Formats: sequence, C-alpha cells, structure tokens
Amino acid sequence: MSRQANRGTESKKMSSELFTLTYGALVTQLCKDYENDEDVNKQLDKMGYNIGVRLIEDFLARSNVGRCHDFRETADVIAKVAFKMYLGITPSITNWSPAGDEFSLILENNPLVDFVELPDNHSSLIYSNLLCGVLRGALEMVQMAVEAKFVQDTLKGDGVTEIRMRFIRRIEDNLPAGEE
Amino acid sequence: MADAVLFEFLHTEMVAELWAHDPDPGPGGQNMNLSVLESMGFRVGQALGERLAREMLAFREELDVLKFLCKDLWLAAFQKQMDSLRTNHQGTYVLQDNSFPLLLPMAAGLQYLEEVPKFLAFTCGLLRGALCTLGIESMVTASVAALPGCKFQVVIENS
Repeated sequence: MSRQANRGTESKKMSSELFTLTYGALVTQLCKDYENDEDVNKQLDKMGYNIGVRLIEDFLARSNVGRCHDFRETADVIAKVAFKMYLGITPSITNWSPAGDEFSLILENNPLVDFVELPDNHSSLIYSNLLCGVLRGALEMVQMAVEAKFVQDTLKGDGVTEIRMRFIRRIEDNLPAGEE
Repeated sequence: MADAVLFEFLHTEMVAELWAHDPDPGPGGQNMNLSVLESMGFRVGQALGERLAREMLAFREELDVLKFLCKDLWLAAFQKQMDSLRTNHQGTYVLQDNSFPLLLPMAAGLQYLEEVPKFLAFTCGLLRGALCTLGIESMVTASVAALPGCKFQVVIENS
C-alpha cells in the first residue's frame, strides 16, 4: 500500500472527526454559556435551523433529487440520500402513523456521539439536537413545516437513537402584494 | 463519516452565534469571543492530533511536524494543502493559504477585513492544539492582506 493511499484514508477519517469533534466542543461551550439544559437544547435547535436553511441548497445541488410528491418520498430522500451524503449512515424508516404524516428515523449508530458520554448533571441535554434544527430548516426551504424531535437516544441508555418526524403543513409561497 | 461541508457550515454558524449574543461587544468583548473560538479550536486540534496513525508520529524534527500540518491536517480539514510554508529556521513559521475555504464565502477584496479575525480564530487554535499534542508549545496568529488568502504565523516557544 503506497503512502499516498494511506494518507488519503487518514485524511478522510480526520475530516469526519473534525466535524464531530467541533460539534462536541460547541456543545461543551454552550453548556458553559447557558445555565440549563433546556436553553442549550433550544440553542442547538436554532443553530441547526440556520444551518439547515443553507444546507438544503448544497443538498439539492449535489443530489439531483427531484421534487417529492408526498411525505413518504420525503422520508426516503432524507434517510437514503441526505443522511448518507452528510453523515455516511442510512437510518431506517419505521412507525408510520395511519394518516401518513408521522414517521421515525432509527439510527443504529449516531456519528455525532462517537466518544461522547453525558455527564450526570446534564440528563436533560439533547446532545444531537442540532440535527432536529437542520431537518426543520432544510424542509422549510422546500415548503414543508415539520417537527423533528428525539424520542430515543443511545447517549441516554436507549438501544437505538430515534428521531420522530411530524408533518405539520405545506408552506404556500406568498405572492407579492398586488399580484393575484 | 461526516461530509466535509458540514464542518464549514457549523463553523460559520458558531461564529455567528458568538456574536449574536452581543452584536456590538466593544474591543474587550470581541477579544473574549475570539479567545472562546480559539480555545475551542485548540481542544479540537489536540483531539485530532491524538488520533493520528502511528506511522505519522515518527517526526524526525520540528519542520516535519509543520509540513504534516500543511499537508495532512490541512487536507483533512479543508480538502486542500497549504500553499506555502516558510521559516526562519529559528522557530518562526509562516503558513500561507491563498484561498482559505473558511474565508471564501466573503467577497474577495477588502470590504470584510474587519470581520476576518472571527473566521480565523478557531483555525489558529486548531493549529496550536495539534502542535501541542505533537509535543510543541506555540503561539499561532493569523493575518489577511486580501481575501480569500491568509497567513498563519506559528512561533514555537522555548525554541
């Protein structure tokens, strides 16, 4: 194996770890800045939202997916294209509501939490809450108002990590005043 | 495996977040925020340094470490290598990136020069942290003459 090839794989691994390590440093800093876990969770969600509204452009440019016709297609794209592209994992989609407006993403392993342990005094912290904000922000840019929240978390001792996605409503484009 | 672009998005948001609390912090406040970013970068740089493959740790001398930062660390973090490395062979190194990815979103030119330190603090810490893990204490500063190029100055302590 040439040194060049080794260097390539090492670089890719480090690149991925740069994101997860930086995320960890961010959560640590937020825990210092805010007094309680709820505020940190809100801040992570807000930051995730700000990232999501820009990330969607990167996603649409690189993935070539067309418009989704329903929430089921959206779920597929999120799990099989978006998560794969950005986090290198493919969550499974389960627990559809009868109305087809809610589903769960099950992550066997969550790359964000490699090497992470929650200290005892942060039991309400939703460590990966940035992801919920990202999903919410990105989908809003494609005219979908959704709610995303963690219902299971391996960091808290659950067997898997589960994100519950709920479709709230379609966001209609607002026509400029004066146009019909 | 997290895509590289995620780091750039996260970094931009972190910079925005630190300034959002206090949009006009004044010189004292600004320095505190820069040092927060720098120390976050430092911790990340330390951790990254610890994860190196064994064979990469066999550096014969200080210059090898700097070359490693310019090639491998930069490639991993920014998908490109540093454009040039200069030294006075007395413990000062200047690392030059002519097109630093974290500065690219700003229009090339002079309009945003005031904002630039915010976008370099984390990376200065990253370099200092990686050096620390590799056994080298240093001071790292950065400067920009014209976007999107920048220079990182590394001064080795106890040289």
